Amino acid sequence: MSTATTPTARDGGDGAAGSGTPEPVEVGVVVRGRRRLTTAAQVAVVLVVWIVAWAALRGTHTLPLAPSDLTSLHHSLNDARDWVDDNRNSSPIFLYVFNEIRVVLNALSQMFMNLVAVPPEGAQFPRLGWLGVVALFTFVATWLGNLRVGLLTLVGLVFLGLQGLWVPSMETLAVTAAAVLVALAIGIPLGVLAGFNNRFDRLITPLLDFMQTMPPFVYLAPLALFFGIGLASAVITTLVFAAPPVIRLTAHGIRSVNKATVEASQSLGATPGQTLRGVLLPMSRRTIVLGINQTIMAALAMVTIAALIDGPGLGKNVIKALSTVDVGTAFNAGLALVVLAIVLDRTTTAMALRSEGGSHTQRHRSPLARRVEQWRRPLLGVGAAITLVAVWLSRTYVAYAEFPFTAGGTWDLGRHVRRGADSVTTWVQDTFPVLSEGLMTWVTRGIIDPLQALLETSPWWLTSIAILALAWILGRWRATVPAVICLGLMVWTGLWQDSMITLASTLVATLLVMLLGVGVGVWMGRSDRADAVIRPVLDAAQVLPPFVYMVPVVALFAPGRFSAIVAAVVYAAPVAIKICADGIRTVSATTVEAAVAAGSTTSQVVRKVQLPMATPAVTLATNQGLIFVLSMVVMGGLVGGGALGNDVVGGFTQRELFGKGLAAGLAIVLLGIMLDRVTQAASRRVGRPGR
Amino acid sequence: MTDQQQRETESVISVRDLWKVFGPGADKVPRSPELAALSRRELIDATGCTAAVRDVTFDVAPGEVFVVMGLSGSGKSTLLRCLTRLIEPTSGTMMFGGQDILAVDARRLRELRRTKFSMVFQHFGLLPHRKVVENVAYGLEIRGASKAERTRRAMEVIELVGLSGYESSYPDQLSGGMQQRVGLARALAVDPEVLFFDEPFSALDPLIRRDMQNEVIRLHKEVGKTMVFITHDLSEALKLGDRIMIMRDGAQIQVGTGDELVGAPADDYVRDFVQDVNRSHVLTLRWIMRPPRPGDPMDGPVLGQDVLVHEAVRAVLAARKPARIMDSADNLIGMVGDEEIFGVITSTETVAAASSRPVTVAR
Repeated sequence: MSTATTPTARDGGDGAAGSGTPEPVEVGVVVRGRRRLTTAAQVAVVLVVWIVAWAALRGTHTLPLAPSDLTSLHHSLNDARDWVDDNRNSSPIFLYVFNEIRVVLNALSQMFMNLVAVPPEGAQFPRLGWLGVVALFTFVATWLGNLRVGLLTLVGLVFLGLQGLWVPSMETLAVTAAAVLVALAIGIPLGVLAGFNNRFDRLITPLLDFMQTMPPFVYLAPLALFFGIGLASAVITTLVFAAPPVIRLTAHGIRSVNKATVEASQSLGATPGQTLRGVLLPMSRRTIVLGINQTIMAALAMVTIAALIDGPGLGKNVIKALSTVDVGTAFNAGLALVVLAIVLDRTTTAMALRSEGGSHTQRHRSPLARRVEQWRRPLLGVGAAITLVAVWLSRTYVAYAEFPFTAGGTWDLGRHVRRGADSVTTWVQDTFPVLSEGLMTWVTRGIIDPLQALLETSPWWLTSIAILALAWILGRWRATVPAVICLGLMVWTGLWQDSMITLASTLVATLLVMLLGVGVGVWMGRSDRADAVIRPVLDAAQVLPPFVYMVPVVALFAPGRFSAIVAAVVYAAPVAIKICADGIRTVSATTVEAAVAAGSTTSQVVRKVQLPMATPAVTLATNQGLIFVLSMVVMGGLVGGGALGNDVVGGFTQRELFGKGLAAGLAIVLLGIMLDRVTQAASRRVGRPGR
Repeated sequence: MTDQQQRETESVISVRDLWKVFGPGADKVPRSPELAALSRRELIDATGCTAAVRDVTFDVAPGEVFVVMGLSGSGKSTLLRCLTRLIEPTSGTMMFGGQDILAVDARRLRELRRTKFSMVFQHFGLLPHRKVVENVAYGLEIRGASKAERTRRAMEVIELVGLSGYESSYPDQLSGGMQQRVGLARALAVDPEVLFFDEPFSALDPLIRRDMQNEVIRLHKEVGKTMVFITHDLSEALKLGDRIMIMRDGAQIQVGTGDELVGAPADDYVRDFVQDVNRSHVLTLRWIMRPPRPGDPMDGPVLGQDVLVHEAVRAVLAARKPARIMDSADNLIGMVGDEEIFGVITSTETVAAASSRPVTVAR
């Protein structure tokens, strides 16, 4: 950005053309010196040359690798795995590091599991029966939040039981709790440190970026290797994904505390510790609780995915349903996850509001709310007593220990949910064959097949040259250097052709995401009403674990490449739409008004003013869309998406493919880094002046 | 009165009974005499509606600079947006060159905006992703002018506003004053009949503001466009405006020339407003002259009634006797002596109190 604002950086028209205006707008009178090809024209030239060369050379040097073939790299990874397996109980690094961690985490999560979900050894029921759990959680939600979230918790938990999913829900909750506890124990101190220490903050920020953008599947396998399949790995996987928000937000909270207050505290002679406890932490409490909230939500999403490495809970139900394309069961389990998510989200949000502190919020409450507030203490006392009784009951009587659920009974809500989801899916399939068949055929023949053919059957060096040329045009050195490294490593993984096929699907999915993102984003950005209707839907879609909508997608489009693409689009579109909408919304109202006052039509305002000015947002949305789509590649592999996704899934399921799966995971990361760097460098060059 | 009628027939813009009410059931307010009579605050309490513009009526003559002045929240910007229908008025009529603007459809309205009106905004509203020349050419571009033509015209206008050499800069490389020159150039590029200015200089430094005001005066002399100018700055209004309309809480309080506002404020609000003005630079001798008294020496200097007080100071004081004020037919209509001059220069109150009505009203 810094170079882009000096006038000398803009010789000729290359800057103007990147701004997304339909016509290159440099002005003959003004431009001194030679004219250059616009960025778009340069890209077009590269593509044309590529296609011509492909037509001549297609099918040569494509570096193919059959599904069961392995390269020496894959073999050596397999050997490494075997070495780990053999030395798990003898090598010091395992004995004193990994195994120790595993034992501690296992014990912690086992403790939570025994508390609410599975019976401890020798016992028949968990330590807390369902009634105890419901009463305890309701009480805690009321105490730390308010009566409304207390009631929500009560209803939500009972609903889970009536769905017939009490035990898996409690398992999910237990693992989430263990992971969140560890995440907070590590994250809050790190966040405080990052809030204080600029150097540490700079050090940790890229690491956190990496943790959050890396697709979880990539570290799932290595973690399972080092910590063994099961609870400990599930907790650690979840931890990697869920710790960053609380670290970031804690640091942010500490940083944004009013400087004057801190100075006041220091000038009174407070020690750093006193300032931290007395000023910084209380004043940033709300932000920190928000971080805790996000960490919990991330953990919940990740615990579901950890089912792939035998993590317990609802995720297992979803995966089982996915393998049999059982829409009803998957939807039932997905609904349970959403209920859990809503309960946890609302409760922690209410906690955050309460931590805002009393007097000033109470003044604005309704008379009824104020009366409830007056009765709060006595009510809480009564609640505590009831909770104790409930806990005692649940530890004493079988009826209160095991959720009284009878499959097929009147109160079996799960049955209704399953039936409803099944019939909706059938109805959609029967009613909109155009949607499922027509769309699929059109997109497959029109976009996916040609692009995949180009990427799959071009010689590897030709594709590399073309990609590097594009990287150079779009982002100069910042894009080209990472692309060289990533392409080289991709060849080294032995999975070049699979990577290219995955790249084709990824690009198509991203294209669809951006069509949705810009289209819906412009609509939302221009219309408050559209925004009010669509935004909650997007929020819900982001909370929903991707597993859940994989199943209906597969039911509609049959397992295969297209289903994988659709699922990736569903996963990535909400983010892209939101970023685009916000970008359109932040375009200065005066500028839009000026354009309207000059007599622009609506489409002129969108094309010539709003979209060009929202270019940084659109490129950011493209970047995020790409990353989100890529992180769904493995998920796509579960439904036969092909290429790298299948390789990774194969690595989970077949011993001899372990090395190849790991290499495929690495290839996904490499694709991700390459696309991320290129789009970021491009947005740096394109998203110029104005900000 | 004849003057008024003449203005109506010749006016470029003619606004009658214009209302803009925001809120639920807004269109009921202008129609109901009871609601229309309520103050802004009472109206909010009674209906939840805010009356931004209340029953405004005025005419703008061709080539005139018409200034609308008021504090923030007085409805002046809303009024301006009603004139170009960026905001739809609630009721009233607006004629532009004999055409009822409120009756035209969207296409014709766009046509008018593209060819007849231009607007200059307080916060410039420039396109940051386009060079200066492309910003200036925007209005021509959207009405379909060829690239060569719009570039040629844009360069002309850039020259006119004194930005030559900056045409291929981007807006964020320019200072605030220069950015507003781009805004001005953009408005002029389409060669409109009327220029609307929405507090164009409020965001600028005082010195640059003065430069830009002089620029507008110069442009007005050179291109002679009709201008409607919104400001909250009285000195700016007095400097630029042929006539000034003062607004308060959405209603018009007074319309008149600068010396009329200062010499004969319609109410205490206007009087308060003009209190700190340097009167000798605004008032003409007509406002301070006294009737001839017997015994007045008749050999003092002769001055016209439209001479500004500060221009007359030296002549009157040097002559050591009262100046005779003559009308165009060489009839003696009044006298101005040291006393009257000092009254204006030294005190702000006495003149206002002494001559809350001018001696002669005809103009």
